[in-house]
Amino acid sequence: MTESPHPDAAQLLALYEQMAVIRRTEKAAHDLFMSGLVKGTTHLAAGHEAIAVGASTALRDDDYVFATYRGHHHALARGATPEECLAELMSRATGLCKAKGGSMHLTKASRNMLGSYAIVGAHLPMAVGAAWSARLRGTEQIAVAFFGDGATNIGAFHEALNLAAVWKLPVLFICENNLYMEYTPIADVTAVANPAADRAPAYGIPGEIVDGNDVVAVQEAVTRLAGRARAGDGPSLLEAQTYRHFGHSRADPATYRPAEEVERWLKHDPLDVARGRLAELGVPAGTVIEADERATGLVQAAIEAAKNAPAPDPREALTDVWADGGAAWRT
Amino acid sequence: MADVITYRQAVAEGIAREMRRDPTVVCLGEDIGAAGGVFKTTAGLYEEFGSGRVWDTPISEQAIVGAAMGAAMTGMRPVAEIMFSDFLACCWDYLANEIPKVRYMTGGQVTVPLVVRTANGGGLGFGAQHSQATENWALTVPGLKIAAPATPADVVGMMAAAIRSDDPVVFFEHKGLLATKGAPAPPDHVVELGRAAVVREGADITLVALASMVPVALTAAERLAEEGIEAEVIDLRCLVPLDTRTVLGSLAKTSRLVTVEENPYQGGWGGTLVSVVADEGFGLLDAPVRRVAAECVPLPFADALEEQVIPTVDKVVTKVRDLTAY
Ligand SMILES: Cc1ncc(C[n+]2csc(CCOP(=O)(O)OP(=O)(O)O)c2C)c(N)n1
Repeated sequence: MTESPHPDAAQLLALYEQMAVIRRTEKAAHDLFMSGLVKGTTHLAAGHEAIAVGASTALRDDDYVFATYRGHHHALARGATPEECLAELMSRATGLCKAKGGSMHLTKASRNMLGSYAIVGAHLPMAVGAAWSARLRGTEQIAVAFFGDGATNIGAFHEALNLAAVWKLPVLFICENNLYMEYTPIADVTAVANPAADRAPAYGIPGEIVDGNDVVAVQEAVTRLAGRARAGDGPSLLEAQTYRHFGHSRADPATYRPAEEVERWLKHDPLDVARGRLAELGVPAGTVIEADERATGLVQAAIEAAKNAPAPDPREALTDVWADGGAAWRT
Repeated sequence: MADVITYRQAVAEGIAREMRRDPTVVCLGEDIGAAGGVFKTTAGLYEEFGSGRVWDTPISEQAIVGAAMGAAMTGMRPVAEIMFSDFLACCWDYLANEIPKVRYMTGGQVTVPLVVRTANGGGLGFGAQHSQATENWALTVPGLKIAAPATPADVVGMMAAAIRSDDPVVFFEHKGLLATKGAPAPPDHVVELGRAAVVREGADITLVALASMVPVALTAAERLAEEGIEAEVIDLRCLVPLDTRTVLGSLAKTSRLVTVEENPYQGGWGGTLVSVVADEGFGLLDAPVRRVAAECVPLPFADALEEQVIPTVDKVVTKVRDLTAY
């Protein structure tokens, strides 16, 4: 089992900057939604950045990633640009999915980020299948499924864990436990205290808990569990404890959350935690501010570019169903 | 090569041929390995290809089809078995929401070349939860191709086309046909999806049937011939793509149409087919269209009751007689 060394100052600064880009992109998504430029809905992951960045940077570039409708951070962490993502949200032709997916389906297949799925838990078996495929092809790739605490109570979660365990597949299940399903506290509807980690023993696999707001802790845990999977030791389950800064979706003000709970978690903001670690490593405050400014500039340019991008050609509605590009159901 | 093979043997033969030519073809499902499948439709695959290509799964329909999807997205051509087609309901999310939508909603980034095979339909006395003809469920979902062969040679040829397809295919193997025999498939036999077969020529009326209803329609046609009515029988073979061209071509000759469906009338594929005919072929018709389909009830157990529910040769003959007199 590989122990990853703590990232050095330059590496940690890079992780911080990625998180800053995600935070600003999420803020932009929110503002654009409120101003009517993003239709439908959004599920923002502000507050979850350390999980996406910590995990993604612990993986190989060719590993497979599957995410949920709350998946902006995973698409960004796996190489989608803020411009592609915001253009998708704003229904532009230049969007990541040609404006056919929207916020809930961000996908960057060229980087093996194989999609965001809006049916809770549905993608866990897919990740198992990708891991199976990697093993069949002998590539030493692994597959990672990110999902919410709510997904642990759906059948596909249990079917996926069992199958991954009996076939001993290189898959890593990462639960982003943000304490809530939509509006219901997970604790009210779950028989165990730790909805993911406590279930792992039932499948004979390791179940660990990590501070999901500490990018270094996440990166270390994922490095270790991914190494285990790659070495042929099978799947594991990581429960990353975190909190969402916004409500569940759209403009949900999340008034169902106790004020002191919100306050406690906002004080444990993943960007602050990383800033604290940077200070400990002796990185000057000015260097961090420069990273913030680069992130702001990047996202600002992305917003402008996405706004100026064309709408999709309406004829695109009838393409991409079949492998031949079309959608014909009859000969 | 034997003179005839069974439909059951044809399933395994069709899969084996593709596994031999393409190492990315792998099978997964319940009891499909050393046991050879509950219907013995995978017999011999485990012995020939081993546990690295033929994988036994737990009873986890969501995981079977979901994992097949993940494997298909990442370079394999999985063939997943769902034991009875009724059980597709247990993994319906994958058939209705995941597999058929992912190419579209990713703007064409992701391809899902998989086959979900399943034993479909009545006739074996398995009762309401193991006997439905469910191909219509899939027909309501944009993004799935639907194959339902009626003969051993077609099983092999359509299996080849299904496994080679870059699009997802739901492959309905009819339980009532498993023991039937037919000519073996020639080497390299491929039957393009979406190409119906005129299995009997006739000038008086067109009967369109699928899977188990093809032999019913053919037997009815023989009986009608004794009365001087020559029926043309079309084996549709696929519901998506739907070969409406062959049906309209036949109607240009016969001007009368009867669909013969095992599924309930309500929501059956015949409804889609006759709507195309009404829309584009109305001028070809000299009589109303008629549909022989199942009653809208769960399939009962006893033979005598089942006969009341699904189309029989007698029901087809009666309906055709009425229509030719119109
Ligand atoms: C199968 C299914 N049931 C219900 C929903 C509606 N729904 C969307 S998100 C959500 C809450 C999921 O919570 P969790 O898994 O904790 O993820 P989070 O939103 O916290 O990231 C629900 C119930 C759905 N999308 N899919």
